[in-house]
Amino acid sequence: MTTRIRPGVAAFVGAVYLFLHVPVAVLIAFSFNASRFSAAWSGFTLDWYRHLFERDDLLRATARSLLVGVSATAIATVIGTLLALALARHRIRGRRAVEALLYAPVVTPEVVAGVSLLMLFASVGIPLGLGTIVLAHATFCLPFVVIVVLARLSGMDRSLEEAAMILGADEIATFRRVTLPQLAPGVLAAALLAFTLSIDDFVITSFVAGPGSSTLPMLVYSMVRRNVEPTVNAISAIIVVATTILIVAAERLTHASPDGRE
Amino acid sequence: MSRRGWSLAGPGVGWLVVFFVAPLALIAAFSVMPRGPYGGVEPGLTLEAYQRFLVPIYLTTLGRTVVLSLACTALCLLLGFPVAYAISRSGRWKTLLLVLVVLPLWSSFLVRTFAMIFLLRDTGLINEWLLAAGIIERPLTLLYTPGAVLAGLVYGFLPFMILPIYASLEKLDLALLEAAEALGARPVARFRRVVLPLALPGIAAGSLLVFVPALGSFLTPDLLGGAKQLMIGNLIQNQFATARNWPFGSAASLVMLTLVLAAVVAWLRLRDRAEELA
Repeated sequence: MTTRIRPGVAAFVGAVYLFLHVPVAVLIAFSFNASRFSAAWSGFTLDWYRHLFERDDLLRATARSLLVGVSATAIATVIGTLLALALARHRIRGRRAVEALLYAPVVTPEVVAGVSLLMLFASVGIPLGLGTIVLAHATFCLPFVVIVVLARLSGMDRSLEEAAMILGADEIATFRRVTLPQLAPGVLAAALLAFTLSIDDFVITSFVAGPGSSTLPMLVYSMVRRNVEPTVNAISAIIVVATTILIVAAERLTHASPDGRE
Repeated sequence: MSRRGWSLAGPGVGWLVVFFVAPLALIAAFSVMPRGPYGGVEPGLTLEAYQRFLVPIYLTTLGRTVVLSLACTALCLLLGFPVAYAISRSGRWKTLLLVLVVLPLWSSFLVRTFAMIFLLRDTGLINEWLLAAGIIERPLTLLYTPGAVLAGLVYGFLPFMILPIYASLEKLDLALLEAAEALGARPVARFRRVVLPLALPGIAAGSLLVFVPALGSFLTPDLLGGAKQLMIGNLIQNQFATARNWPFGSAASLVMLTLVLAAVVAWLRLRDRAEELA
């Protein structure tokens, strides 16, 4: 059979999978290691997790990240959903230009996006802080929201909307009673995705954050640089598990049917 | 209809114009202005910032960035192609294998880079094991080397290569392979004449998706490369964080954007040629 994978190829593929997953798995495993000098295993402990909750700076940075994440997600989701509706349901002039405007930020390196926003804020005289972080995050989340909502809209059955109109519903009623309920899982998935991107971002944030507005990734970065004790492993493990849950939820919602069944 | 469409699109388009287009226009302008005495820029027109690139250390940084990004793309192709091929032929394991490729993309990039440090540093797991096994007598310097940066880049972007190649191989009709075999084509010929041409669009897309973020990378060389393995991303960050040379930092940003654009154009060309072949 031509379709069989040879044993040699299978072993190679297995090794690549190990390369993709072993580093983070090891990192998480060693968050339970009793030794402070983390290279050798010396027994199981939850001390490093306990330490996390004693650190005020970590809790404050987490609170900031959540606040930024929720604010940026709200902005990006609302204006992104409107933009997706415009692209999917209306003939608009300059569609090509709008689409280019959506994809350009996705391929623009984060460093360039970060410094250019910094230059904007510096030139206009907006003081750096949580506000500028929210503006920056809403910007890089926006294209992803549009792409996810557009995908949902293109998979939706338009005949329901047409039926509502024929039965006498006006445009607003049709949108509220027919379009929105079908669209909701897509919007929610887009919001979860935006939230994940926001609470994860380090590079752009580091440019537009001011003194006293360090987010969680910024704090983790400084911990990694100083390379201290396995508390970094513990916080890393929590971040990996939390983002995985968010992404799985977003993925389920994208493929959920309008009435909530899988 | 058109007016309604624009009132829906307006806020989003306006937002991107203000917070994406305007900032890029601003750094484009700054890149051709003279540097102010205390940082910032002064009115005027000069190409000084671009000329600065011709100094050997900056040319080295530029060259290192391009070479590392190309090497990363090549390695990802070498490692990723067999994986994509195996997934496309894996039957009921397909979903699981795909999820295992996608999952790392959604783990924090910072955490994943830290995971590499944890393995590679002098007191890291690899050195610890090699010492314990008696293979080496003192720790090898693995971190802060070009190899460490390359490993970090491949580790970070490999899924971007696997996914598009898988998508194009998925469409491969097995009957074609069987026909080639029936007609006497040996495995190598079947691969070269049947599989490879069909996979070409995926290879082109994957190469773009790996090369572009590699060019723009900042965290990987920053954390795994140290001061000696700077890439353009670090150079740009330096100009704004410590050197306070806005024109040079802006010019470096535009050089990076030009390289990204060149990669996108190369991909479009390659894609068109692949379509002709198919």
